[in-house]
Amino acid sequence: MPTTRTDRLDIRSSDDVVKVRQQTRTMAVEAGLSLVDQTKIITAASELARNTLDYGGGGEICLEVIHDGSRRGLRLTFEDRGPGIADLAQAMRDGFTTGSGLGLGLGGAKRLSNEFSIESKLGIGTKVTIARWKA
Amino acid sequence: MDRIPILKLGHALLVTIQVDMHDRLATALEEDLTSKIVAVGAKGVLIDISALEIVDSFMGRMLDNIAAVSRILDAETVVVGMRPAVAITLVELGLSLSGVKTALNVERGMALIQSRLEEFNADDED
Amino acid sequence: MAANETTNALAELVRDNEKEILPEWLELQKRAGSLQTGRITEAELSQQSAEFLHLLRSGLAQGGGEVASSAYAPAREFLSNLSRSRALQGFSPTETATFVFSLKQPLFNSLNRDRRLAPAELARATWAFSILLDELGLLTFESFQKSREEVILRQQREITELSTPVVKLWDGILALPVIGTLDSERTQVVMENLLQHVVDDSAEIAIIDITGVPTVDTLTAQHLLKTVSAARLMGADCIISGIRPQIAQTIVHLGVELNVISKATLADAFAVALRRTNRAVTKVKSANGEDAKAKVASAEKGE
Repeated sequence: MPTTRTDRLDIRSSDDVVKVRQQTRTMAVEAGLSLVDQTKIITAASELARNTLDYGGGGEICLEVIHDGSRRGLRLTFEDRGPGIADLAQAMRDGFTTGSGLGLGLGGAKRLSNEFSIESKLGIGTKVTIARWKA
Repeated sequence: MDRIPILKLGHALLVTIQVDMHDRLATALEEDLTSKIVAVGAKGVLIDISALEIVDSFMGRMLDNIAAVSRILDAETVVVGMRPAVAITLVELGLSLSGVKTALNVERGMALIQSRLEEFNADDED
Repeated sequence: MAANETTNALAELVRDNEKEILPEWLELQKRAGSLQTGRITEAELSQQSAEFLHLLRSGLAQGGGEVASSAYAPAREFLSNLSRSRALQGFSPTETATFVFSLKQPLFNSLNRDRRLAPAELARATWAFSILLDELGLLTFESFQKSREEVILRQQREITELSTPVVKLWDGILALPVIGTLDSERTQVVMENLLQHVVDDSAEIAIIDITGVPTVDTLTAQHLLKTVSAARLMGADCIISGIRPQIAQTIVHLGVELNVISKATLADAFAVALRRTNRAVTKVKSANGEDAKAKVASAEKGE
């Protein structure tokens, strides 16, 4: 899929989570997303960036403005080299958490996106990709 | 570390969140509010989030916690000014903040707290 | 260049045989039923055919090897306009594509009649024509499809915009009469629209009236509930009115917990809304009493 702009950011501290939100906003506007769609993907980005920080021990995000033919959108890829997720189905379920959060991060991020995929290998790390298209 | 200012208005506390909060700031606000409710004997807490462009599960949980803690401390929390896009997103995320009272704007929120204060005063006079 | 020679030869062929090609082509189009529906007249068809043949010839004469080359720009434009207008007139895709494809036979026939061409050249020319017309045919198809999509998109937008008016019943009381089936996309627009009005009008209560909604599925019910929850988060209350008996049953059978205030009619919901906002509707004195007062008032003025 062609990309018109790519950006990368490190996620090392909770300040970086704020930066991820801000950069997501900038690029969501660039992709032409509506206000509600912007808000949804920024919120999803916030959830996933916090996951990367809290459970993956930090990592990075890749932001891409993408287009396929007529539509434009924003794709975000979060990658960490943390412990990985043992049971993906369980991790996706609302209310499940191994930490102190609400357990809404992954499931919520999925509901707030048009596309969602997750890969995780124990001891190697986790990669989550989401995309939101201009309606 | 910077903190979000808490204003005292009679028996109510007023917080206006105007910055994109990082998680420590949100946690600090929760702690500050709790101690201030006790310190000034507040009966109501008004949190204005009309400037917030997103509320994620962390901030949502913070709002829920503040409401729950203040209830135990005999104060009512009202969250005011949530934007439509934020509300839609929060519902989609799966958070309904059922323990939190809401109002459209500061004025309406204040009226809610005021009516509670009047009840309280009426009880006092008995 | 061989390709150039071929197209030049083809251009000559079309020019020399136009008198045979055109009637044969028209006849084939008619036989395929292009005129049957009466959407275009014979005169129009023959004029369109002649024009396209002319554009095709000039494209060939300029040595256009591929359809995408600039030599065929006028022919391409003509075809996309033709497809667009046919899409709007309600032609089927096959009927539209037939315009180009039915030209093949007359062209091949005239190639066969032409004695100037050696067998090898004839084969090359046939191949060149075939490719050219296939590509042009596909182009027709594509523009036809595109025009149809544009029409559908426009209608969708119009429907969504037209069918979701938010009306103000009183200070701080809004109503949203929903008419027609609520699909996910439309519900989202409706929801955003309503919530924005809640902010703009500082409305305390929003009534969603679904008298005009024929069916409600799980997804729609959930969307309705989400709207109600979102409104609550903003500090406004929602009342749902006009739930039909079947819909009420569906909702229960679906296991969706409709944890909201619902009233039978918009009027009932409005009454609740008024009460909530500390208002009441009362009957004024009888019409006679009013008249009497009015009379007194005018009499006083007259003095």
